[in-house]
Amino acid sequence: MPHPETWLKSTPSGLFCEPGGFHVDPLRAVERAVITHGHSDHARPGHRSVLATRETLAIMRTRMGEAAAGANQQSLGFGEVLRIGEVDVWLQPAGHVLGSAQVAMEWRGSRIVVSGDYKRARDPTTPGFVPIACDVFVTEATFALPVFRHPKAEAEIGRLLDSVALFPERTHVVGCYSLGKCQRLIMLLREAGWDRPIYLHGAHQALCQTYEELGVKLGALRPATVAGKADLAGAIVLAPPSAIADRWARRLAEPVVCAASGWMRVRQRAKQGGVELPLVISDHADWDELNATLDEVAAPEVWVTHGAEEALIHAAGLRGIRGRALRLLGYGDEDAEA
Amino acid sequence: MIAFAALLERLVFTPGRNTKRALLRRYFATQPDPDRGFGLAAVTGELTFKSAKPALIRELAAARTDPDLFALSYDFVGDLAETVALMWPSMATNRAPPDMAEVIETLNAADKAELPGIVAGWLDASDPSVRFALLKLITGGLRVGVSARLAKVALAEMSGGRVTADDVEEVWHGLAPPYASLFAWLEDRAPRPDPADAPVFRPPMLAHPLEHADFAALDPAALRAEWKWDGIRVQLVATGGGQRLYSRGSEDISGGFPEIIRAMDFHAVLDGELLVVRDGQVAPFADLQQRLNRKSVGAKLMQQHPVAVRLYDILFDGAEDLRTLPFDARRARLEAWYARQRPARMDLSDMIRFETLEDLAALRDGARAASIEGLMLKRGDAPYLPGRPRGLWWKWKRDPLSIDAVLMYAQRGHGKRSSFYSDYTFGLWRSGADGRDELVPIGKAYSGFTDEELTLLDRWIRNNTVARFGPVREVEKAFVLEVAFDAAQRSPRHKSGVALRFPRIARLRQDKPAAEADRLETLMRVVEGQAAPRTCRGAGRTDSPS
Repeated sequence: MPHPETWLKSTPSGLFCEPGGFHVDPLRAVERAVITHGHSDHARPGHRSVLATRETLAIMRTRMGEAAAGANQQSLGFGEVLRIGEVDVWLQPAGHVLGSAQVAMEWRGSRIVVSGDYKRARDPTTPGFVPIACDVFVTEATFALPVFRHPKAEAEIGRLLDSVALFPERTHVVGCYSLGKCQRLIMLLREAGWDRPIYLHGAHQALCQTYEELGVKLGALRPATVAGKADLAGAIVLAPPSAIADRWARRLAEPVVCAASGWMRVRQRAKQGGVELPLVISDHADWDELNATLDEVAAPEVWVTHGAEEALIHAAGLRGIRGRALRLLGYGDEDAEA
Repeated sequence: MIAFAALLERLVFTPGRNTKRALLRRYFATQPDPDRGFGLAAVTGELTFKSAKPALIRELAAARTDPDLFALSYDFVGDLAETVALMWPSMATNRAPPDMAEVIETLNAADKAELPGIVAGWLDASDPSVRFALLKLITGGLRVGVSARLAKVALAEMSGGRVTADDVEEVWHGLAPPYASLFAWLEDRAPRPDPADAPVFRPPMLAHPLEHADFAALDPAALRAEWKWDGIRVQLVATGGGQRLYSRGSEDISGGFPEIIRAMDFHAVLDGELLVVRDGQVAPFADLQQRLNRKSVGAKLMQQHPVAVRLYDILFDGAEDLRTLPFDARRARLEAWYARQRPARMDLSDMIRFETLEDLAALRDGARAASIEGLMLKRGDAPYLPGRPRGLWWKWKRDPLSIDAVLMYAQRGHGKRSSFYSDYTFGLWRSGADGRDELVPIGKAYSGFTDEELTLLDRWIRNNTVARFGPVREVEKAFVLEVAFDAAQRSPRHKSGVALRFPRIARLRQDKPAAEADRLETLMRVVEGQAAPRTCRGAGRTDSPS
């Protein structure tokens, strides 16, 4: 059985599968790309052929336009095996955002799984992560420090609604990333019984529309930009993290500035951003989930693409798992997406 | 403990006073005794524990966590209690998180050797938010930005208007955690707690700034004038129950000024100004600052920065409440009391003779000493009323000094101003090491401007940013600000060697090229006393903060 290092190579363009002749989440435009999910650090424009889930392709088209999303777009359902060159390729849910997938590759009996970004917590907008046993597991490490243990997202939504009840005359503006986090928050709010219209910053509208078209029903949504101050009193507004404490937010009624991100776990991060109500809701695996996943997939070797790899490799080493830092520059740029 | 932790979590991030008040009020109204009382004591800083210290937390972390992972985590988070609260590896337990009373009573009673085991058990039973509250309680650094006064305002609101914050103030220092009798009074279940002989604080009477419009209505014959000294307002309370020195905000600062406490060998409540006085000369505020915010004080500091109190008023003579008497009568009582007692480290504030308002204006303009902020005007017939009643007392500050400085850095404000760059660091020119002129920062200001000026500055800063350091933007050195201030003092802690008192933005000087802004030497001449105050130029606006 060939060692995985001999056929999946870390190059300046990203991970390249030699016997298949394709890149996974390439960092620059390439001939053939397999894309794990639609975040802009993983799904970049200008590839000739793109293979991804139907949902990821739709998200890419919304974000970058039909042309830039790939000259040839091919969708692959979860679990369907496709032969590319000499390699068997299939996708399994990663639980990160709608359409997000792990890429499993097998060549001459050797199996590598590139997880992309993933989480293990429940998310009503996307199917949950499916562990795949493998020889090498390629993982992210965004929150790979033991201080990151995400609380239940449902409880964090409870804190938001509690604050809305305490300050009913104010607008609660929640900073959240436009792909994934925004729609997850909407669904969690709906599950918690919030059936009033939710107001959106302009940057969030297109992807919510795409989610709706892909069958994720989000309820009544309204543009925040055209709403009057009076309408926004007592309302929940979702906006990009960059807008919540900036000029855009001046239109809101005495806003309570909230932000939904795994980084909100650390007080200094929240304070720096001027956040008054930090909500620890993340689309990435936390420390416990990362370690549990390594144990589940039982790979003797783990490659870490980006994040706090030092701590994860140390912890894996204590359990006899060999760790390797790929230090792929260019992932995790969407800081606010966490 | 869960409700307290949730309260803490919100208070830490909340910039707005009204929001904090609403959060506190809800906490007090919904939590049971004695938990809420201990919560109140924790936010007002009334709790300290002898044997629970930060070293305990390090010890616990070392016992339960991998040293490499702890080091990486601490490095990332930057706060010991927070790091441990977040990464604590809980052992399975059926115990509920401890309640507030259990924590306080145990920490007060437990032996040092037992503590690690007890605290570890609590941490196991708690979530990160409760763990954080617990550890912060133990290390005594809540830092939630809640003043004792704000907590009292929230308490008063609980009573539905029957009890005011000043009423709470008058019993507060006679009470102890968990304040059961206070809550019973606020909820109308019991009468006002009787402080009896306890040395409690009385809400002080405060002055309004004298506005131009007030001037015409003043009757010089009805007014009394005193110097407004630049120290801190204090209240001296000596009863059979003890001696206390309080700040204007009701903080007990006795521990930092034992020489004053020792001199309070009498029964009275007095109002005065705490000052550093050497050989009869009042030192600038910066000297007094060395003595502030200390729980205790060493002999050397006491000797080098000797303090005294200049007495303004008498509120109680023995048990007799004098506050309803007019000022003139109280002054007579104060003089008689002073002649009788002759207390050490205290003297009487001078009554300034004058005939006309023009006399006063001349006196005010002639006041040269940095230790004098201006004049106090008081109606001779005014009783001593808590708070800031209208038309009885005025402070008439000297015109501020001003300099033209260059905007160097800007930072966003808080709360309502969080979308605006509203905190400005500014500097003056001096000759650099290479002989070329360089700017050296001399201070920070975040007030004095109008809303329109704020909008203009905000836009200019965004369009002229040259570098960003976290929340701070460095800007093009091209915008001149006229900065008003009350005094300039030498300060070895500042890079420029000088510190400004109450700097604020007086005017935007976009008409002025940056190269023509003032030089550090000009400001230093004010500090050295080579130039009389105001040679820099009187500022346009006199709406000084205080």
